[in-house]
Amino acid sequence: MPAKLQRLWRDSVLGRHVLVALVGLLVVLLLLETVNDFRAIQLSSMAYLGIAAGGLTILTGLNGQISLGHGALMAIGAYTAALMLPDRDASTPLPLVVLVSVLVTLAVGTAVGAAAARLHGPYLAGATLALAVAVPGIALYFGETLGGEQGLRVSMPDVPVWALDAEYLLTGTEMTRSGWVALMAWTTLAVTYVLLANLSRGRVGRRWRAVRDGEVSAELAGIRLGRSRVSAFMVSAAAAGAAGAMLAFTVRLAAPSGFTLTLSLTLLTAVVLGGLGSLGGALVGAALLTFLPPFVTSVGSDAGLSDLRAAELAPLVYGLVMIAVILLAPAGIAGSFRAWRIRRQARVAVAPAPVAASATGTTGTPDSPTRSTVPTSSKGTPT
Amino acid sequence: MQQLLNTALGGLTLGMVYAAFALALVLIFRSTRIVNFAQAPMAMVTTFIALTLIDAGYSYWIGFAAALLAGLVLGAVVERVLIRPVEDKPEINAVILTLGLFIVLHALAAVVFGNAYRSFPAPFGIRGFEVGGSTIALTGFGVFTIGAVVVVMALLVALFRFTDVGLRMRAAAYNQEVARLLGVRVGRMLTLGWALAALVGSLAGILIAGGSLVHPGYMDSVVVYGFVAAVLGGLESPIGAVVGGLTLGVSLSFVSGYVGSELVALAALGILMLVLTLRPGGLFSQAAERRV
Amino acid sequence: MLTLHELSTSYGPVKALQQVSFTAREGEITAVLGANGAGKTTLLRTVSGLQRADSGTIELEGRRLGKVAADRMPGLGMAHVPEGRGVITELTIEENLRLGGLGRGRRVQPADLDRVYDLFAILGDRRAALAHTLSGGERQMLVIGRALMAGPRMLLLDEPSLGLAPRIVAQIFDLLRGLVQSDGLSVLLVEQNARSALSVADHGVVLNLGRVVADDDAATLAADDQLRHAYLGF
Repeated sequence: MPAKLQRLWRDSVLGRHVLVALVGLLVVLLLLETVNDFRAIQLSSMAYLGIAAGGLTILTGLNGQISLGHGALMAIGAYTAALMLPDRDASTPLPLVVLVSVLVTLAVGTAVGAAAARLHGPYLAGATLALAVAVPGIALYFGETLGGEQGLRVSMPDVPVWALDAEYLLTGTEMTRSGWVALMAWTTLAVTYVLLANLSRGRVGRRWRAVRDGEVSAELAGIRLGRSRVSAFMVSAAAAGAAGAMLAFTVRLAAPSGFTLTLSLTLLTAVVLGGLGSLGGALVGAALLTFLPPFVTSVGSDAGLSDLRAAELAPLVYGLVMIAVILLAPAGIAGSFRAWRIRRQARVAVAPAPVAASATGTTGTPDSPTRSTVPTSSKGTPT
Repeated sequence: MQQLLNTALGGLTLGMVYAAFALALVLIFRSTRIVNFAQAPMAMVTTFIALTLIDAGYSYWIGFAAALLAGLVLGAVVERVLIRPVEDKPEINAVILTLGLFIVLHALAAVVFGNAYRSFPAPFGIRGFEVGGSTIALTGFGVFTIGAVVVVMALLVALFRFTDVGLRMRAAAYNQEVARLLGVRVGRMLTLGWALAALVGSLAGILIAGGSLVHPGYMDSVVVYGFVAAVLGGLESPIGAVVGGLTLGVSLSFVSGYVGSELVALAALGILMLVLTLRPGGLFSQAAERRV
Repeated sequence: MLTLHELSTSYGPVKALQQVSFTAREGEITAVLGANGAGKTTLLRTVSGLQRADSGTIELEGRRLGKVAADRMPGLGMAHVPEGRGVITELTIEENLRLGGLGRGRRVQPADLDRVYDLFAILGDRRAALAHTLSGGERQMLVIGRALMAGPRMLLLDEPSLGLAPRIVAQIFDLLRGLVQSDGLSVLLVEQNARSALSVADHGVVLNLGRVVADDDAATLAADDQLRHAYLGF
């Protein structure tokens, strides 16, 4: 049985990703049991930032393109969700809301990205920056439908009875609305990441990487550069749409002030911090975006800054860290950690410390080299 | 008819500023293949420096000169400290660095200068001239704006066309390796290029601020318009950037006057998408498709 | 004049030059010959400082060039005309020439320009035209003229005959010969077209896979049938 599982682990990329996602979800579920409402909302924020950063890391890390407008794309998703949930009685099923949000964002993203992403150069970055600057204006101009400066309220339906029952059955506690939203957000994150991970491991992902690494050789290999770039942007925009819907559920408001250029740029920070192209890294980055600001802001307030100014310390830290990462550790936090681990394993494998080996018996040393070969072999298997 | 004329006049003044900003982007792009989106917060910071001086009692002109000088220094420092270390790495590294700088300057300005809107003085009248009993949309400050941009552009043209340094800078921009073989210190030329670009950007920043409000994000939309103007002109041509800036200024002025000022950025995005679809090499390109 | 001693260069794991030693003598044309990929261009790039050597030394007029950057070479009396012409097409003909003159570190004199225009009348006729309007042969003349503007004592030429009609090649080689005789210029000429190169050169060095396989008088090399068939292809 363990041998069979092991083979399954090695051979099925999808199976492995789904398994990781399920375990992750279980951890989140258990975590949600122990935290209060405030923390549950924070966890939701981390999830929607993680979804958007995940999409962005695919675009930037795997395809070498930059979007400065993922915050704006999230706004499209959030406003779509808000329009579909105008009041309690709307009773639109939430999965449908998410789906429509994704599709609308995908459509807008495609319209903006198709012309720009097709070309090599700064065009996509510029076009998405324009989108980021333009979106708040749209909300103001169509104030009647989009609520203007005040934004749109999102009326979340009650937690469904089956979820309450299931929760009570499993844990003996009541599920709060925030907990329910957090669970949805993390489920969406899990689904998104499984899809993204599979895409990036498969043929499409290899094409994206080929385009990133060398246009000429990619073209010689029969890859249509423009189409490949546009597809990467579309996938990434769709993820931003899902993130926007989750944001609407969490914050229960879609307003222009929630989607500033700073949001778009800090999402990029998350991606850079985590190491370009790594979904795990994107999640780490999202965690930092969520949990760092309250901490930094309170430090600023303690130092005598007004609240408004102290709130700017967090982006200041992001920006500085982003610059430092590119200058000092271009692989990001996750990448640097991986490199460090591989180096350490290589050292252990080459020169096993005799004392340690004799102390721990035979299990310690021979294990390390096998572990270090796993990533290499798994990289080769998916076809 | 009069509104039409006034909208066009207002657009022309704004277009001059967009042209200057587009020029700043093009100067850097053609030598380093980077669009320096951080040009916006850089110009914002230098404008705030000017405002601080003016608020402290110095004249507008001291502030004006300080802003341009600060731009020159800031540009050189950014090139040396941030861009030089990643010169041999893929472009995306430098682009991310400029975006990091974008965030840092934004936040720093908010912490140091505050997040509120502050009014910026203008050295000349900001009421329209009276012509034949009716007011036209050309102001004293508008005339100054157009004049300042024209003078700076003329100086740049003179520098690039008629001086040895200008020739070296152009050589370094077009072909680094050949320039190096001919004895051009390419690194110095790049630093100088960034410095000059930041100076032009600062000029745009202080001109657009005149008689208006500034806050840490006030240049964010201008960098978009500057970028669109630069793309209209083909991204590599200084003259194209100027023509692109004027075209965009007038177009956006009509959108603002006849549709709604909230949709100006959206219109700029629309124009960008249109250009990229129909003439990705800019309005004046021969080929329909260009590959960088 | 120019002496290479056991020079080795590599691109990552690929060794491009291995222990290359030879001397290009003053007032002579030294031809570096060999097939595609023999390391000829790498040799020139290493000499002019565009590429770092792994080991070995380069001496120009007794001065070690090891760590000297490429942009200092014109000041030391060396000019490198790179492969593929290296005309800056966005500049005018005169601007290209003036740029060459700036490498000397002083203001460009009208007399320097006139001298080049005397050598290449066709450039003088179109001095204000953008260089991208020139034909292949005219571009080759422009880059040679541009290199001369810096008043070099050592000229490095990379494949000047590439893609040019034989008549133009002969014209350019004649001119080189003349410059060597009149100004005492020394030339290191990298060529794939071995027959023409040996006809103009005093001395020849044959490279194969990054190593020197022959180093002798041009006439001797041209007469060596075996060598010609094995490495020079004529």
